[in-house]
Amino acid sequence: AASMFLRLLSDIQWRAGHPKWRRMTSSQRSTSTTEPHPLSLPAQAQVVICGGGITGTSVAYHLSKMGWKDIVLLEQGRLAAGTTRFCAGIVSTARPVSIELKMAHYSNKLYQRLEQETGVQTGYMKTGSISLAQTQDRLISLKRIASSLNVMGIPCEIISPKKALQLHPLINIHDLVGAMYVPEDALVSSANVSLALATAASRNGVQIHERTSVSHVTIQKGQVTGVETDRGRIQCEYFVNCAGQWAYELGHSGEEPVHIPLHACEHFYLLTHPLKEPLSSSLPTIVDPDGRIYIRNWQGGILSGGFEKNPKPLFTEGRNQLEIQNLQEDWDHFGPLLSALLRRMPGLEALQIMQLVNCPESFTPDMRCIMGESPTARGYFVLAGMNSAGISYGGGAGKYLAEWIVNGYPSENVWPLDLKRFGTLQSSRTFLRHRVMEVMPLMCDLKVPRWDFQTGRQLRTSPLYDRLDAQGARWMEKHGFERVKYFVPPGSDLLDLGHSKTFYKPDWFDIVGSEVKCCKEAVCVIDMSSFTKFEISSTGNQALESLQYLFSNDLDVPVGHVVHTGMLNEKGGYENDCSIARLSKRSFFMISPTDQQVHCWAWLKDHLPDDSNLVMEDVTWKYTALNLIGPRAVDVLSELSYAPMTAEHFPSLFCKEMSVGYANGIRVMSITHTGEPGFVLYIPIEYALHVYNEVMNMGQKYGIRNAGYYALRSLRIEKFFAFWGQDLDAFTTPMECGREFQVKLDKGIPFLGHEALWQQKQNGVYKRFTMFILEDHDTDMDLWPWWGEPIFRNGRYVGKTTSSAYSYTLERHVCLGFVHHFDEKTGEELVVTTDFINQGEYEIDIAGQRFQAKAKLYPFSSLFTQRRRKDEVELSGYQRE
Amino acid sequence: FYLTPPQVNSILKANEYSFKVPEFDGKNVSSVLGFDSNQLPANAPIEDRRSAATCLQTRGMLLGVFDGHAGCACAQAVSERLFYYIAVSLLPHETLLEIENAVESGRALLPILQWHKHPNDYFSKEASKLYFNSLRTYWQELIDLNSGETTDVREALINAFKRLDNDISLEAQVGNPNSFLNYLVLQVAFSGATACVAHVDGVDLHIANTGDSRAMLGVQEEDGSWSAVNLSYDHNAQNEHEVERVKMEHPKSEEKSLVKQDRLLGLLMPFRAFGDVKFKWSIELQKRVVESGPDQLNDNEYTKFIPPNYHTPPYLTAEPEVIHHKLRPQDKFLVLATDGLWETMHRQDVARIVGEYLTGVHHQQPIAVGGYKVTLGQMHGLLTERRARISSVFEDQNAATHLIRHAVGNNEFGTVDHERLSKMLSLPEELARMYRDDITITVVQFNSHVIGAY
Repeated sequence: AASMFLRLLSDIQWRAGHPKWRRMTSSQRSTSTTEPHPLSLPAQAQVVICGGGITGTSVAYHLSKMGWKDIVLLEQGRLAAGTTRFCAGIVSTARPVSIELKMAHYSNKLYQRLEQETGVQTGYMKTGSISLAQTQDRLISLKRIASSLNVMGIPCEIISPKKALQLHPLINIHDLVGAMYVPEDALVSSANVSLALATAASRNGVQIHERTSVSHVTIQKGQVTGVETDRGRIQCEYFVNCAGQWAYELGHSGEEPVHIPLHACEHFYLLTHPLKEPLSSSLPTIVDPDGRIYIRNWQGGILSGGFEKNPKPLFTEGRNQLEIQNLQEDWDHFGPLLSALLRRMPGLEALQIMQLVNCPESFTPDMRCIMGESPTARGYFVLAGMNSAGISYGGGAGKYLAEWIVNGYPSENVWPLDLKRFGTLQSSRTFLRHRVMEVMPLMCDLKVPRWDFQTGRQLRTSPLYDRLDAQGARWMEKHGFERVKYFVPPGSDLLDLGHSKTFYKPDWFDIVGSEVKCCKEAVCVIDMSSFTKFEISSTGNQALESLQYLFSNDLDVPVGHVVHTGMLNEKGGYENDCSIARLSKRSFFMISPTDQQVHCWAWLKDHLPDDSNLVMEDVTWKYTALNLIGPRAVDVLSELSYAPMTAEHFPSLFCKEMSVGYANGIRVMSITHTGEPGFVLYIPIEYALHVYNEVMNMGQKYGIRNAGYYALRSLRIEKFFAFWGQDLDAFTTPMECGREFQVKLDKGIPFLGHEALWQQKQNGVYKRFTMFILEDHDTDMDLWPWWGEPIFRNGRYVGKTTSSAYSYTLERHVCLGFVHHFDEKTGEELVVTTDFINQGEYEIDIAGQRFQAKAKLYPFSSLFTQRRRKDEVELSGYQRE
Repeated sequence: FYLTPPQVNSILKANEYSFKVPEFDGKNVSSVLGFDSNQLPANAPIEDRRSAATCLQTRGMLLGVFDGHAGCACAQAVSERLFYYIAVSLLPHETLLEIENAVESGRALLPILQWHKHPNDYFSKEASKLYFNSLRTYWQELIDLNSGETTDVREALINAFKRLDNDISLEAQVGNPNSFLNYLVLQVAFSGATACVAHVDGVDLHIANTGDSRAMLGVQEEDGSWSAVNLSYDHNAQNEHEVERVKMEHPKSEEKSLVKQDRLLGLLMPFRAFGDVKFKWSIELQKRVVESGPDQLNDNEYTKFIPPNYHTPPYLTAEPEVIHHKLRPQDKFLVLATDGLWETMHRQDVARIVGEYLTGVHHQQPIAVGGYKVTLGQMHGLLTERRARISSVFEDQNAATHLIRHAVGNNEFGTVDHERLSKMLSLPEELARMYRDDITITVVQFNSHVIGAY
């Protein structure tokens, strides 16, 4: 212990030598001469972390806490001297995304105890925060957040404007309709938090080297081997890129680029001198999203910044620099935010300005931070792109990443933050520049259900894009691919359709309703080309053997059969949910969700044997996929192919290459992703337009029409179909979502996840995917569910919804979600039985309002078939006329 | 009746014109960066004219504004012809010879001027031959005179003004066999025009002024503020020296009748002008020309009318007053404008508005708090003001347009009031002249770097 202390003193002299770090206003960099590096770099280490800001120090702290000692942290300038130093230091837990909320909550708890643990003053002060609503819609969004905070046990209250005034006497409440009070939100000195984490990590054995910059990371055979720095090379197994706004450039510095899509924007906040009567340091932080500003107390004065509508992206062309020089203050740019500040706190007019701080922050294409392992380089981890919430997320994100490195996966589902949700396509600098200009204002914009990004669009499109667009298609985007939401009927006067923002019944309600009706009664075409498509083949039996190990269902089916199966991890959780067609004895065609393109590829690459006789190809771009849904799909297709398509000749879950119109070699599968009868046609792209035209022409007499994903969603949710990425994740097993039938425990091959699933089969599951039908919900008048709504069973919180849709068949809202069984006294998770589900009274909480719901574990198959038969009779009768 | 901001803009911008002096080899060697010009009619048709041209056989640039009265014919003729007279006056003997030889032998003529014209600024096709012949006679006389001395700009300007006015007078006396031209030359002679012309060559700026248009220099003081320096004297009743001059040129007996109601002979506002032969010719000459002239002229009460107390003509001259100014780096721009502008705006305001416009377009100084004590409220006020300024500046890409917007739309607080602007611009033709005069403005911007390097 004594020697460690000595090392601490010598290695982190910076603490004594640079007291300026304690003061976040010191705008001038320390001019001290470069001190001799007390320690030379080690020749090797298990982990090298690049970046000494809040994320890097947090990762180091948590890794060392978990018992890893052989860690080196490199910082090109000085610890906590980048964005971290300038950070406003607000720890705010009010986050809409559940995983972000959890990270922020953990960070708060961590920072609270950090001073005691390390002896470094962190300036932690529990002030609470008040988020203000100037509109009813804003209040709804706050209520939704409040609901999810409350069920996590985080105190949170929706309060009246008057109550807000009592908590913060300086605010003007005349334009407010309500507010949300989170009493446990805190303020910290972010630089000191970072230094405290570094100190603790250092005590645990982490070596910290300042003024050492990483030039690039060396990768051999897809595995990190070391780091080249300006002070020599370090061999390592793991590299963690915590370089903040330089993470993109660092990722691209090596021979094999690691794409980390983030882009810096200037971010401004104001510091003032103290008020005549200095503000109390316990005064809550004010967040006024409608005014785009936040205001915290700061040394008796205030600190106020915001997210302007016209952000200034910078370093698009890349410009590495040691630390962030204090960039130019731009008062004209800050003007609107200053107006908002004085509108909120008119009493501050006479307050004297100290400084306008310009502190670049890095933003990501979807406003969520980036963590995880590179899909191409094993051992290359990333934690960056904090979207100006580095302090709020830093603690929790560092913990999850450390778990990921040590255990192979974090303790929570972090897919929404996973680096692998992005591919190379999001790494264009132009794309990033345009997207972050949209993202930064979005930090404050009201986000209603089904909002979509407007920049960086029309990147990946189907060959039918123009045809569909001309027919009134309205588009949304997934993984860069344009997908149709719905089709505005010709002559519709709803010019602004899709532009109205609402938490209530949307304006496309009837349009989607008619598309759904057509799917159920006649036939619809949905372009589903965005789905990820791989082909896996081998010279011998390798493909089958490997896939049998990687997938839980039995793939040793006759050629021409399609199998729905999960791609599971060790714990039986879904890494992917896909449909696999056996094209021949030795080749398979695999269809996965759109955003699986990078993740699934990496997973297969990682798990398939390194065998040159086993070939995997991403054929996503080669095929256009048309989904024909509805009872008349069979008629359209048989007329176009002169082949019988009835159930006897073309049973469900069947795959065959056939001709459609003039085009031959169309891969037709009898699957629909919705549970309705129908087919998906995989068409080589040059035939796409021809086949589409043929289908539409032939389909006319069967009442064919175009449909979009909203209709598809309504259909699949009322059919209780779970979607990966929305309902299913790496922490959900087939046993928990009623898909035991897709698991072949006895197929004779101990597939990945076999053991875990077997255990679950024996012991039962701890959560259960359940379908809820809202009972007393008025579709026209009430707030619509979205996802993430708390579920209450007999008045007690049991879980959250994962998706929801209006069922036009049931004429009710359907929510899907997971039910847990928490012990009433201890909170311990208990086995969830069928009886437990069936014997409860359920309520769904939508923005604080609870609606009664009926729980179901199985879809209304009988109801639907009956209805359909009845409809078929009606339709056939209609045709006779 | 209400005009929307885009409608207001389309009216204000209809006649705007900008010229940027081309940069050669990336280095602008001219002391002039360029100019912005615009005019807003009150009369229908407008009686103001403007001209701008670069001298091709000598150095320098010519810019002028011309305010016509009793019709636009004289102003139009002066705007077409004066710069040729000036250019020719400035030409060295050899060049004059070269040009004369070229004309004589039917060879291509060296271009003398490069015009910078708005599409609405027209030249009379029918009169071009007549005008050319008069101009040729002038240079032939200059060749014969061959003084051998280097041409003095001041003298050249004075000679050119006087010669052109003389030619206008002669052409009207001689008459023309072409009836259209015959009527035209009479119209030119019987109407009048003032002229304010700038000649810029390096740091030498000459202003030749005849009448009550005005040239004003915008100077940026060391503290960044703007001040105005007059580079011309108005030739009207407000100018004591002018009143004195007129009185000196006529017998004492006429002293009382010379200037009445601030007008020359109780009739004419400007004390110097082109044309206006009614104030220059003898009564006999006037009568002879009118009687032998076309019927239209005879039917015109104005032309037939002889000014009262008309004893010792001429009462009016076109001879300009010339002011020379050596440009300094702080001299940022020159405003030439007809009295329509100066009636509504003080020169100090003109200097400030144009100065702020020109600097604002190029760089609005960023604000830095530095060590100053600034409150949030003060900063907010400052930023609001800057935003307002920028938004009004960015509506205009032309300094002259910006100035007209202020001249017409300024309210009592000195800021542009859209409602007022809309009202002033939507006045019916017959009323417009009662509320405002034709306004013509040319703003010349100087290149301080080039000027500083002299």
